[in-house]
Amino acid sequence: MYDAFFTVREMLRFQSGYFGIRNNNAWIDELLERLALTEKADAYVRHLSGGMKRRVLVAQALVHKPPVIVLDEPTAGVDVELRQSLWAFIQRLNQQGHTIVLTTHYLEEAEVLCNRVAMLKQGQVVALDTTVNLLSRHKAIQLRLKLAPACLPDSLQALSCGRDGEIFKLSLRRHAELEGVLAALRESGVALEDLEVVKPDLEDVFLEMVKS
Amino acid sequence: MTGLWTLFYKELLRFWKVSLQTILSPVVTTLLYLLIFSHVLEAHVQVYPEVNYTAFLIPGLVMMAMLQNAFSNSSSSLIQSKMTGNIVFMLLPPLAYWEFFTAYVAASVARGAVVGLGVGLAGWWFVPLSLAHPLWVLVFAILGCATLGAAGIISSLWAENYDQMAAVQNFIIVPLTFLSGVFYSIHSLPPFWQAVSHANPFFYLIDGFRYGFFGVSDVSPLLALAIVAACFLALSLATLLLLKSGYKLRK
Repeated sequence: MYDAFFTVREMLRFQSGYFGIRNNNAWIDELLERLALTEKADAYVRHLSGGMKRRVLVAQALVHKPPVIVLDEPTAGVDVELRQSLWAFIQRLNQQGHTIVLTTHYLEEAEVLCNRVAMLKQGQVVALDTTVNLLSRHKAIQLRLKLAPACLPDSLQALSCGRDGEIFKLSLRRHAELEGVLAALRESGVALEDLEVVKPDLEDVFLEMVKS
Repeated sequence: MTGLWTLFYKELLRFWKVSLQTILSPVVTTLLYLLIFSHVLEAHVQVYPEVNYTAFLIPGLVMMAMLQNAFSNSSSSLIQSKMTGNIVFMLLPPLAYWEFFTAYVAASVARGAVVGLGVGLAGWWFVPLSLAHPLWVLVFAILGCATLGAAGIISSLWAENYDQMAAVQNFIIVPLTFLSGVFYSIHSLPPFWQAVSHANPFFYLIDGFRYGFFGVSDVSPLLALAIVAACFLALSLATLLLLKSGYKLRK
C-alpha cells in the first residue's frame, strides 16, 4: 500500500500536493508528532514496522484535512500509550469540526470517542443510536458483593445474576434499589465486606443485542 | 495545477532516486551496442555518403534508448502503483484524468531526454556529430518519448501483473525498436522487409530523428513527422479515454 521509493515526509508532501495544498509542512510536522512518526520522517516506508506503516496511512488520510475522515481500526496493533495519544488526536480533530467515521472492534474505543454508534452483526446493523441512548437501553446495573458469611439471603436470590468465587453478582435496574439490597442483608444478619457498583458499558449492550 | 506538478515531480523523483538503474544502466548498455557494432561494421558499411557507420549508428541508438526508457518510466511506475495498491492515493484526490496523463507522459519525456542526452554525449566522444536541423531532433525526441510514455500508460493499465507488463516490453516494444532501422538503413533490406519496416511507426521516429543530425533520411522527414504526430495523437486520445473511463483503475 506504500510507495517504496519515498520517505514518510515525501509521501505526505505528495499527498498534500495532489489535493492542491502547497506549503503544508506545519501540518505535516504536527501529524508526524501526533502519530509518533517524527523520528521516522525521513525514513523509507518500507523500513518501518507494521504499526508505523499503519500510522503513515492514517497520516496520509489526514494530511489534506478532509471534512469527513474514515478511520478503519486506526489503533489496531498499537501500544497503549500511542492508543491514548491517537484517541486524544481523534477527539481534537472532531472538536475542530471534522466528522469522523471510525470502525473498531474495541468497544471501549467506540464508547470514549463516538457520539453515535452503529453495531453490526453478520453484516446487518443491529443497533444505531447515540452512545448515551445505547447505554441507557441496557438498564441493568451490576452489584458485586462480598458477604460474610458467604451466603446470599433468599430474599435477594431473584436479583442474582451469577457468582464469581466469593463475589455475588446482582442485577439492579435502578440505583435506588441498592437501599433495598442493603436492608435485606441487615435483616438476614449478613455482613457486607465489600461492594462494587458496575455501570453498563457498550460491551454489555453489544452482548445483549447479539443475544437478542 | 498543483496536483499535476506534484505528480510530475513525484515521477521525476521516482526515477532520479534509482538513477543507476534508470539512467546509467541504459546509457552503458547502449554504449556497449555502439562499441560492438561500430567495431564490427565500421569498415564494412556506409549507409549515407560522407557519414561513417558509427556516426550513423549514434542517433539511432540515442532514439532507441529514449523510446525504451520513456516506455519503461510510465509503465513501471503505474504497474507498481497498481500492484502495491498505492494507486489509491492518486485516485482519491481531485486529480483530473488529463493531469494524470500529462504528469506521467511529461516524466517519461524527461527520463527519455536524460538517457538520450547521456547516450548522445557519450557517443559524441566517439564521433563528433553535426546537428543539421536541431529543431527536428528536438521535435522527434519529444514526440517519440511522449508517444512511448502514452503507450506505457496503456500497457500498464491493461497489464494485471508484472509478467504481462514484461511481455509487452520484451515482445512488442524491444523488437519494434530494434527492427526500426537503428542499425541499418531499410534500403539495405529486401523489398518485403522494407514494406514491413514502413508499417513500423518506430522506423519513422528513428528516421526523422536521424534526419535532424545528417539532413538525409530514408523517407521524407515531413512524412515521418506526420506519421509520428498521428501516432502520438491516437495513443494520447486512447490513453485519455481509458483514464477517463477508469479502465482497470476505478473498475
